[in-house]
Amino acid sequence: MIGLIIRRFFQLVLLLIGISFIVFMSMYLAPGDPASVIGGPTASESDIAAIREDLGLNKPVLVQYFDYMKNVVQGNLGYSFQTNQSVSDAIFTRFPNTLNLAIASMVVAVILGVSAGIISAIKQNSWFDISSTTVALAGISIPNFWLGTMLILLFSVTLGWFPVGGLNAPFYTIEGMKQLILPAITLGTASAAMIARMSRSTMLEVIRADYIRTAKAKGVKQKTVIWVHALRNAMIPVITVIGMNFGALLGGTIITEQVFAINGVGRLMIDAIAARDFPMVQGTVLLVAALFVVVNLIVDIIYSVIDPRISYD
Amino acid sequence: MASEAIADKKIGKDKKKESRFIQTFRRLVKNKLALFGLIVILIQLLMAVSAPAIVGYDPLEQNLSETELSVGSEGHWLGTDNYGRDVWSRLVFGARLSLIVGVTSVVIGLIGGIALGLLAGYYKKLDGLIMRFVDLLFAFPGILLAMLIIAMLGTSLVNVVIAISIWSIPGCARIVRGSVLSVKKQEYVLAMKSLGASDRRIILKHILPNCTAPIIVFATMRMATSILSTSALSFLGLGAQPPTPEWGAMIAAGQDFMWSAPHMTIVPGIAIMLVVFAFNVVGDGLRDALDPNMNVDN
Repeated sequence: MIGLIIRRFFQLVLLLIGISFIVFMSMYLAPGDPASVIGGPTASESDIAAIREDLGLNKPVLVQYFDYMKNVVQGNLGYSFQTNQSVSDAIFTRFPNTLNLAIASMVVAVILGVSAGIISAIKQNSWFDISSTTVALAGISIPNFWLGTMLILLFSVTLGWFPVGGLNAPFYTIEGMKQLILPAITLGTASAAMIARMSRSTMLEVIRADYIRTAKAKGVKQKTVIWVHALRNAMIPVITVIGMNFGALLGGTIITEQVFAINGVGRLMIDAIAARDFPMVQGTVLLVAALFVVVNLIVDIIYSVIDPRISYD
Repeated sequence: MASEAIADKKIGKDKKKESRFIQTFRRLVKNKLALFGLIVILIQLLMAVSAPAIVGYDPLEQNLSETELSVGSEGHWLGTDNYGRDVWSRLVFGARLSLIVGVTSVVIGLIGGIALGLLAGYYKKLDGLIMRFVDLLFAFPGILLAMLIIAMLGTSLVNVVIAISIWSIPGCARIVRGSVLSVKKQEYVLAMKSLGASDRRIILKHILPNCTAPIIVFATMRMATSILSTSALSFLGLGAQPPTPEWGAMIAAGQDFMWSAPHMTIVPGIAIMLVVFAFNVVGDGLRDALDPNMNVDN
């Protein structure tokens, strides 16, 4: 196990270096001169040359990359072209909102997905099974930005139950929860659908297994068979799907934050892309991609702990 | 005589090909959800092809005396938007756009993915290098990778196509590589090698045709993702720009009029959902229909 963790950790470091290189090169190759952007339209040639010298833009590209990485390792992601604010500060001020949203939507996805999947499997071919399977398929196909807009239309604009947008109250307060519910449902629906489909199929497989038939033949109660024997084994692949979805949810927050006007990292990224604020784009993309691979690594490790038969050799 | 024999052989081959296609199609349409999906895709295709003929208005034509008309209004059965543009016309032209963007990005992604997958699967020396590159692309959440490419190239629909194409490459490469690895161990491939056939001939004539089933399923499912992602990126203002009749951009424009003209948001959203749902269920159905282990007839 320790060997696996060490090996995966080294792979993670290599992957992070690769990600940082791709992100850096994408912005390096982007058309436009950062020095002219910073200098503004009134800057003279000599001003621009001075800015270029100051930022190290005259150096060879690999030297620029190593300089950038040296700063990244020290927690310095550079400064915004637009506001001159520290990118690290901007990201870490907004990161809690993104994390709260991702966690809340994961909770929604797990509760809805696992329960719908299990009930569907137990009551196979019932009206609940048919309708939940269809809803799950629709859930995967529904554009989450549209779902969010519809939820706002119904629950905020028409019924007035929830605020239209924003996330500024702490999540543990009533106001904070009210602000989080609609975005969490919006972001969690597609994951809930995937988890429901996975839970249903693995549960059906397990229910038909010999040891479940044996347990039933021995006279064990139906509830005990389901909750004690079947569920534990059925949940192993579901946990992987949940883990993988958490990584994907981090990417999904970008759109949901925009719909609900939540000041998170995703919204920061979209604004930066629109304004061609390269240091901010670099910082936000690097953070989300790094989190994505770290979460996937943790899922891999948890998976091999839960099911020792899994080997990544 | 010889030419007749060749012709007979060719006809036999065509019949075999046709019967396999019909068999798959028959299996597919037995799946009710897949059949529904096929009908929706066919409708979208018809809308896209005959767009100018089936709409009464130019999708960009503004009429400020008829703004925000509701669904069922005379002359505008799906209403009008805040500029008085006919929503039905914009929806139909949007169907054309989403199909063009979806097909283009999937085809480009497939070309890149198939090439990388074939090379990685067939040549062991290239496998490590190509698959590490693929792993690296997989390390980004898809939408993030697309956004990074748009950030580099600038916001436009063409750049969205490029971004989604690149996003499709790693998934396709992995699937093709997996298929190649299993196909290249087959006896007929070894036989071709021992007969001295060139690598190019073996890859293109013998390996690739035997990898088509997973590629077809991937392409169908990918169409759903492409259409969904294009609309999402346009919704965020990173893809199609106003006044282009693109479904995601239409939803974004309708957001400010949710109270007075909710149909501006509801109608394109339903269109996206239906089309994405259709490609998803057809992809699911194709996976079953192309799987020789699944007996749909029983």
